[in-house]
Amino acid sequence: MTLLLSLIIGLLFAAATYCLLRRNLMRVLLGILLLGHAVNLLLLAVSAPLSHLPAILGKDGTPDFPGTADPLPQALVLTAIVIGFGLSVFTLVLARSYFQGRPVDDVRDLGKEEQP
Amino acid sequence: MMDLLIISPILLPLVWVIVCLMAGNKAKSTATLSLVGGIALLAVCTILLYQVERNGTLTLVAGGWQPPFGIVLVADLLSAMMLWISAFVALAVLIYGVNRHDPLAESRRVHVLVHGLMLGVNGSFLTGDLFNLYVWFEVMLISSFILMVRERRKQQLAGGLTYVILNLVASAMFLCGAGLLYGKLGTLNMADMAVKLSTLEDPEFVNTTGALLFVAFAAKAGLFPFHFWLPASYHNAGPAISALFAGLLTKVGVYALLRLFTLVFIPANGFSSTLILYLSMATMLIGVLGAVAQYNVRRLLAFHIISQIGYMTAGLAIGTHLALTAVVFYVIHHIAVKSTLFLVGGVLEMRTGTGDIRKHGNFYQTQPLLAVCFLIPALSLGGIPPLSGFWAKLNLLQAGVSQGEWLFLFMALAVGVLTLFSMIKIWNESFWKPMPEDPSLQPMPAGPGRPYAGMLMLCALTLVLSLGGWFVFDLSERAAADLADPSRYINAVMKGGAP
Repeated sequence: MTLLLSLIIGLLFAAATYCLLRRNLMRVLLGILLLGHAVNLLLLAVSAPLSHLPAILGKDGTPDFPGTADPLPQALVLTAIVIGFGLSVFTLVLARSYFQGRPVDDVRDLGKEEQP
Repeated sequence: MMDLLIISPILLPLVWVIVCLMAGNKAKSTATLSLVGGIALLAVCTILLYQVERNGTLTLVAGGWQPPFGIVLVADLLSAMMLWISAFVALAVLIYGVNRHDPLAESRRVHVLVHGLMLGVNGSFLTGDLFNLYVWFEVMLISSFILMVRERRKQQLAGGLTYVILNLVASAMFLCGAGLLYGKLGTLNMADMAVKLSTLEDPEFVNTTGALLFVAFAAKAGLFPFHFWLPASYHNAGPAISALFAGLLTKVGVYALLRLFTLVFIPANGFSSTLILYLSMATMLIGVLGAVAQYNVRRLLAFHIISQIGYMTAGLAIGTHLALTAVVFYVIHHIAVKSTLFLVGGVLEMRTGTGDIRKHGNFYQTQPLLAVCFLIPALSLGGIPPLSGFWAKLNLLQAGVSQGEWLFLFMALAVGVLTLFSMIKIWNESFWKPMPEDPSLQPMPAGPGRPYAGMLMLCALTLVLSLGGWFVFDLSERAAADLADPSRYINAVMKGGAP
């Protein structure tokens, strides 16, 4: 399971990097989205090997529910997903308002136009 | 009562976001309310700085979850100083008038966003938890994204997109680093991380994660080669907004570097800072060369930010007590100076309608007060004694000499000369030479707001830092002592939280 998860994460990172290096802005945005998913899966994966105990401990310092996953990475992922969702939507809207009435979306235009 | 004091730099901006949202559509009353919020924030930060200075590091255990399990807010001397200077700059910018050239209906939202930005900035300075730091970074970023592209000019959108995309990638790196670090150490509390890492048999395995976090923070700070978003975007935001960004945003990145790379990723744990030193030197040089080639006033100043960030991280890489003292002083000095320069640049642009300094002229005669407001921070940035930049650079160079970093020494001096050169360039073009004969350039009427009050406030701060610098320097020295000895921070967090 861990192996499969790491393969998927690697694949997502590779795809994200490929997209980020494209000249077409829509692909770059897709790259950002993929990168977000890769990172979220990575966060989940760090808890998979159960290398450390969950924070829910009994009186004697051992876990009350042995075998349960650490809930903290799941909480982190949940937070990251919410933040990532908000930022993605904002970026898409930004890109849309930039490309209104433009035939092509080439990131090289950005460099030319940000100059005063 | 103390708990309330520690959390109030976060709580106040949050309340003011809501207050400004509810203030209705009246621009004037919103601006007044917002100003009151800025004054309240400065007052609270002053009290906090005073308390931290008297009683040492203060901590707040959020929700009663003892460290390392819960989130801890830590106000040590460095945090308190950063909070104070940020609140000061924010107030100066609010007085300058964030709504100077905006349609009235829009201005309400500017105030909401400025307080939202301060919420993120203050949270980043206070938190003692790595993931919480990520969340505050995002709060800060989303406010800055919207402020950056608010007027929706084409240039602004182009620069804004570059800014947004590169910062999102950096945020992903940060999140990766935080997750991997949790996987290795089983904690997110920065003090607890330092403890666990020092007991680990193979701490060098964390180096890769450290590099991920370094890239993330370096991108936020504008370090070479992650700086490209900065000169692309800063000059396109409104004048007041860009001054706020120039003062605060990159310095939050520098603060995060200072915090993590003196506490968790330290040479004792097998993390080498040599690379940071070389990147810093490259940053100094490339930033200033970019500035020398520029003719747009705020774009030129944006390149200077990059160059100066190099000085700060170089001090961090040298890492001795003296070097860290210089860095803390440098950050404070730079926030004050750079915000002033951006405000002046904004006025120049508004009066002439263009940022191109070749088309400016004669401001020395027509706006003598503006010339003074430019000259003080510009000379300070160039490192002319007895202004604050000189003291910051002097100590940094001393630290470099004592560690035998001769290349750094040479580089710092050369970059200092080039900095002065490009400042003189602005002076010559905008202030000194006669106005070019160009019928297309009409002097613009002055907008609403109080531009001089805000700029004079910041100039006065620069003068205080220069002439009464011993007091700030003493504070910086104590903050640096806390940084140089991680066990103090760890003790304050891990034991200070216990009842």
